[in-house]
Amino acid sequence: MERKNIDLMVGIFLLMGVIALLVLALRVGNLGSERVAEIYSVEARFENIGGLKQKAPVKSAGVLVGRVTDIRFDNQKFQAAVTLTLDKRYSFPKDTSASILTSGLLGEVYIGLEAGGDDKNLQNNDKITLTQSAVVLERLIGQFMFSKAAEGTNDKPAEKK
Amino acid sequence: MIKALRSLGSRGIDTIWRGGAMARFFWMVLMSSGISFRRFRLTIREIYFAGVMSLVIIMVSGLFVGMVLGLQGFETLQKYGAQETMGVLVALSLVRELGPVVSALLFASRAGSAITAEIGLMKATEQLKAMDMMAIDPIARVVAPRFWAGVISMPLLAALFSAMGIFGGYIVGVALIDIDPGVFWSNMQAAVDFRYDVLNGFVKSFVFGVAVSIIATFEGFDADPTAEGVSRATTRTVVTAALTVLLLDLILTAFMLRGIH
Amino acid sequence: MVEIDNVDFAYGKRAILKGISLNVPKGKVVAIMGGSGCGKTTLLRLIGGQLIASKGRVLVGGQDVGTLDAEAMYAMRRKMGMLFQFGALFTDMSVFDNVAFQLREHTDLPEEMIRDLVLMKLDAVGLRGTAKLFPAELSGGMARRVALARAVALDPMLIMYDEPFAGLDPISLAVVGQTIRRLNDALGATSILVTHDVVESLQIVDYLYFVSGGKIVGHGTPDEIRNSEEPFIRQFVRAELDGPTPFHYPAGDYANELGLSPAALRAK
Repeated sequence: MERKNIDLMVGIFLLMGVIALLVLALRVGNLGSERVAEIYSVEARFENIGGLKQKAPVKSAGVLVGRVTDIRFDNQKFQAAVTLTLDKRYSFPKDTSASILTSGLLGEVYIGLEAGGDDKNLQNNDKITLTQSAVVLERLIGQFMFSKAAEGTNDKPAEKK
Repeated sequence: MIKALRSLGSRGIDTIWRGGAMARFFWMVLMSSGISFRRFRLTIREIYFAGVMSLVIIMVSGLFVGMVLGLQGFETLQKYGAQETMGVLVALSLVRELGPVVSALLFASRAGSAITAEIGLMKATEQLKAMDMMAIDPIARVVAPRFWAGVISMPLLAALFSAMGIFGGYIVGVALIDIDPGVFWSNMQAAVDFRYDVLNGFVKSFVFGVAVSIIATFEGFDADPTAEGVSRATTRTVVTAALTVLLLDLILTAFMLRGIH
Repeated sequence: MVEIDNVDFAYGKRAILKGISLNVPKGKVVAIMGGSGCGKTTLLRLIGGQLIASKGRVLVGGQDVGTLDAEAMYAMRRKMGMLFQFGALFTDMSVFDNVAFQLREHTDLPEEMIRDLVLMKLDAVGLRGTAKLFPAELSGGMARRVALARAVALDPMLIMYDEPFAGLDPISLAVVGQTIRRLNDALGATSILVTHDVVESLQIVDYLYFVSGGKIVGHGTPDEIRNSEEPFIRQFVRAELDGPTPFHYPAGDYANELGLSPAALRAK
């Protein structure tokens, strides 16, 4: 009697634990929908990827269509080679352009795809040729300050006269 | 000054000695684990005492922790207009950190101390010696099933903790604060990765399970065979296990985060 | 059956046994007597192989216990039963499961046969009715008898008793004593008792050894012991306060320590 009770309780416990693991994996971790979906990957090269990271989203018209799965540095061309893994359900023309964007001023960095007009679509392992690098905030500010400073030095002598 | 150095030295030696003894004990437990699986009934019994008996405290704590995370997260996220990502905050903190760590701490104080007290008491009343005299290895018969029960229970308890916590966050977010349930789940699913978050959390709780179980059984087996010795060993289990879990968490987190970038 | 040959043993630097030799013949009940802390229990643990002598040999059934590896040691222990000082019953099991423990661990007997064997053993100690109880529900004397039934569960060749009479009331004491004798004769086993209860031992054993200060200080059959003029044995058997075993633990001069010696008084 007591032994059967223990067996039953342990059985319930193990079952609950496994269910909790499955919930975490499928419902929270989204294992099912993202992994099982068919995918294809394309490569894009950028001069500068800024703060782009692996697993960053790839969006087109604001819709999530894939993720960044690999970032390498190409030592021949001195460029960043980024592998985008896209959902098979979405296809893009060959001359689609990719740009590195930031959502909001401080938000996450993602890749935006803008469809072109080509008849042929991107296939697995194709390359996206039209790319726009990340806007590096420091460089922007630097340029801005530099031009301001340059204006300042031009102005000053004029004032003295 | 010399006195302080000497006491530091003796403490250091003592700690290292205990570490070594524990490693040796761990090895002996692994070597004599056959019986825990050949006669799984022994282990089932211990899973009952370690796992099932910890179920209520783990689930209730998980629920509360999740709800608190939800409230606090909402409070802060609201300032940036990002309250929809509350689910992400709750899920990531639970799955990656709080689930494994807090449930390991609760497990150490609920089940770990009980295991230590039980084994220590068996030692104090000569039950272990008697078993040894009956040609039955107490490590195989008493220690190993308790160890494996802890190792099996821990990841399941951590998963239950996280699941309950996320449910708690859902209650706060959707029922109390009125976040759209679809947004809650989809944001969460977009941010939580199976491998980097869920699997790593599982690995953590498994490692914690091994650590807490071996500490609890070792302290019981090593206790002075007196009432006072057993009570001291029980305290030591909770303290050592808590510190070990937090240290291991730091090490594991450092390695796992390196894997992401 | 058991032969101890010039054995020394020490815990660290503290010498417990110094050159002990004794012999336990097959089929006999032998008592090893001595004051508390004289190394009697250590002797039993040497025979059981839980401790290894630092010098000399311990032979059990012709095997040198000190040279056995773990497997041979366990094989030897299966033929031994031991009653621990306070019974050492497994507190998380019922009386029945306690007695059945070794049968289940060491044999593949079907459960019905185990049931019959256990009830037989419990009946032999007169406690068949307690099978369903837990150790916490037993009195001290009953727990001791259950432990006895457990010790003989596998019909051992050698049964060792560590203080079987400690802390028992006179009735339980007599019951346990008689049970020890009966079990030994019924099983054709050999028994070693370690105890300081002279009166009860003299009634049930075949031979006695007296241990003091880690040495054998006397031995003989119960009749020889009763009539012995050996000072230590006299003191022990008749419970005299002073004798070869002094009442006082060795200490400095009493007056001196209280500061009452002539020299100290003069200094004041």
